[in-house]
Amino acid sequence: MKKINGFWAFLALSVVVYAVVQLLIGTGMLNPYYSNTLIFIVINIILAVSLHLVIGITGQFSIGHAGFLAVGAYVSAIFTKLDLPFPVALAAGGVVAALAGLLVGIPSLRLKGDYLAIATLGFGEIIRIVFNNIDYVGGAAGMQVPHLTSWTSAFICLFITLIVIMNFTNSTHGRACISIRENEIAADAMGIHTTYYKVAAFAIGAFFAGVGGGLYAHNFYIIQPTNFGFLKSFDILIFVVLGGLGSLSGAVIAAIFMTIVSTYLQGYPETRMIIYSVVLIIVMLYRPKGLMGTNEITSYFSKWTGAKGGRLHGK
Amino acid sequence: MDWLQQIINGISLGSIYALIALGYTMVYGIIRLINFAHGDVFMVGSFVGFYAITRLDLGIFPALILAMAVCALLGVVIERIAYKRLRNASRIAALITAIGISLLIEYGTIYFRGAQPEAFPNALPSKSFELWGATISIQSILILSISVVLMIILQFIVRRTKVGKAMRAVSHDVEAAKLMGINVDRTISATFAIGSALAGAAGVVFGIYYTKIEPLMGVIPGLKAFVAAVLGGIGIIPGAAIGGLVLGLVETGVSALGYSMWRDAAAFIILILILIFKPSGILGKNSREKV
Repeated sequence: MKKINGFWAFLALSVVVYAVVQLLIGTGMLNPYYSNTLIFIVINIILAVSLHLVIGITGQFSIGHAGFLAVGAYVSAIFTKLDLPFPVALAAGGVVAALAGLLVGIPSLRLKGDYLAIATLGFGEIIRIVFNNIDYVGGAAGMQVPHLTSWTSAFICLFITLIVIMNFTNSTHGRACISIRENEIAADAMGIHTTYYKVAAFAIGAFFAGVGGGLYAHNFYIIQPTNFGFLKSFDILIFVVLGGLGSLSGAVIAAIFMTIVSTYLQGYPETRMIIYSVVLIIVMLYRPKGLMGTNEITSYFSKWTGAKGGRLHGK
Repeated sequence: MDWLQQIINGISLGSIYALIALGYTMVYGIIRLINFAHGDVFMVGSFVGFYAITRLDLGIFPALILAMAVCALLGVVIERIAYKRLRNASRIAALITAIGISLLIEYGTIYFRGAQPEAFPNALPSKSFELWGATISIQSILILSISVVLMIILQFIVRRTKVGKAMRAVSHDVEAAKLMGINVDRTISATFAIGSALAGAAGVVFGIYYTKIEPLMGVIPGLKAFVAAVLGGIGIIPGAAIGGLVLGLVETGVSALGYSMWRDAAAFIILILILIFKPSGILGKNSREKV
């Protein structure tokens, strides 16, 4: 009963947020600069949440997420270049990215911890180098992309992403993934098919990263392989880490906050990276689980009302 | 004899990788941490060498020693500030901190001196020798001899000195080493100092060989040196040397075959293949997973 209420509350909140912003854009109270920043925030939330599923829920440390972003961006750009409708292109970007996720995940998820991190980093780099060498997509010079992303399309994608990831987390599959995060050997001993769940989480995460990539590509007029390097993976990683490893709302809040900060610091890229890295080091030294740990924002509200057991997940 | 020329180039590149990989492997062997900042220590070494030669008018060898000393200090400082607290934290926390330190060094350098590249001064006479049709420059001979000498010194330190004995004991079992009266903190600092000094030497050697240095130059060689360390068997010192040489040869081979755009990918493909088929590396032994 509580869960259903939560769903309707979430739906109502999304409709209100969407309607208010749409109204502001429609009446011209929000100039294109701000509406573009909002779209950028939405894309970053999608990316943060997709990585949250891999790192926060399943506990698999992947630092090649920009590779899937690149796959989604390029595939959807090719689709719109062939005059296919934008939603089809987004879905295709997601599906191909998920396939890439399967391809990467099946061999590399046999590895653990540091090795997995390096393998995903390697795959991310390989994907980037591959796009660098394909002449059809412009190679290193980049590819022209029509501007199709709007507030509506971005928000619908965000809504679907959040619903799917939340429901996945609360399902049997999500709990299996959490058990892998907590202790893989114990999960294995309990009869959970760890490889299957790790690969599934990885592929779903890659799917939404691909969708985010499609939105990203159609928001920027041009995409280049250098946009999807290690630093982009790191940008996504910092959302997840800062928000809390295992906290969906934490990832969302961190994505919003960091996007606003980096928009302000756009003119000073070095300062931005120095602030990012110092924040990251300090958070890791003093709060190694991230700012919110595995708590969700709703759990703070339920503390006030005294209700128990309303946690989405946790220990 | 074109292939001979390629082999010589490969060995020169490979010995640079080997020098960096040694630091990775030593640190990983002792605290099980991929020190992402290692590639940036290499970059700092390169810049220290550059400034020592251009501003302080030092010769190539004093510059090399100065770079090694500065890097050793930097390595110890990084360990003391960032990694020491995380010794009992989760792997992910330690890795993220390492990435943070790496970015801090990179962008800190850019902040203080700008992102423009610098041309490493040509401190050596541009002599070269002909050997069966292949040209061996004096630079490659220097690189190779510096690497070999440093590796022999390293092997001596690890095998014959008290510090080396302590390092081997700590990498084997930290708790037992502590019980035997070994100062674990000091041993870890010594490991960082030695590994970073080697990276600093590699930085100077890289500058001499490739002449162009810039603040982000440590990223790709750092990652490749890590690949070399994994290839040889991470935690095993001779393995790093072998891995570095193999990687250098493969890369020049790929370039020589006309696929130079793909040479960065080659290293990562090797990494993934080795991780899938023999994660313990060329010289490693399989260890059982313990609960």
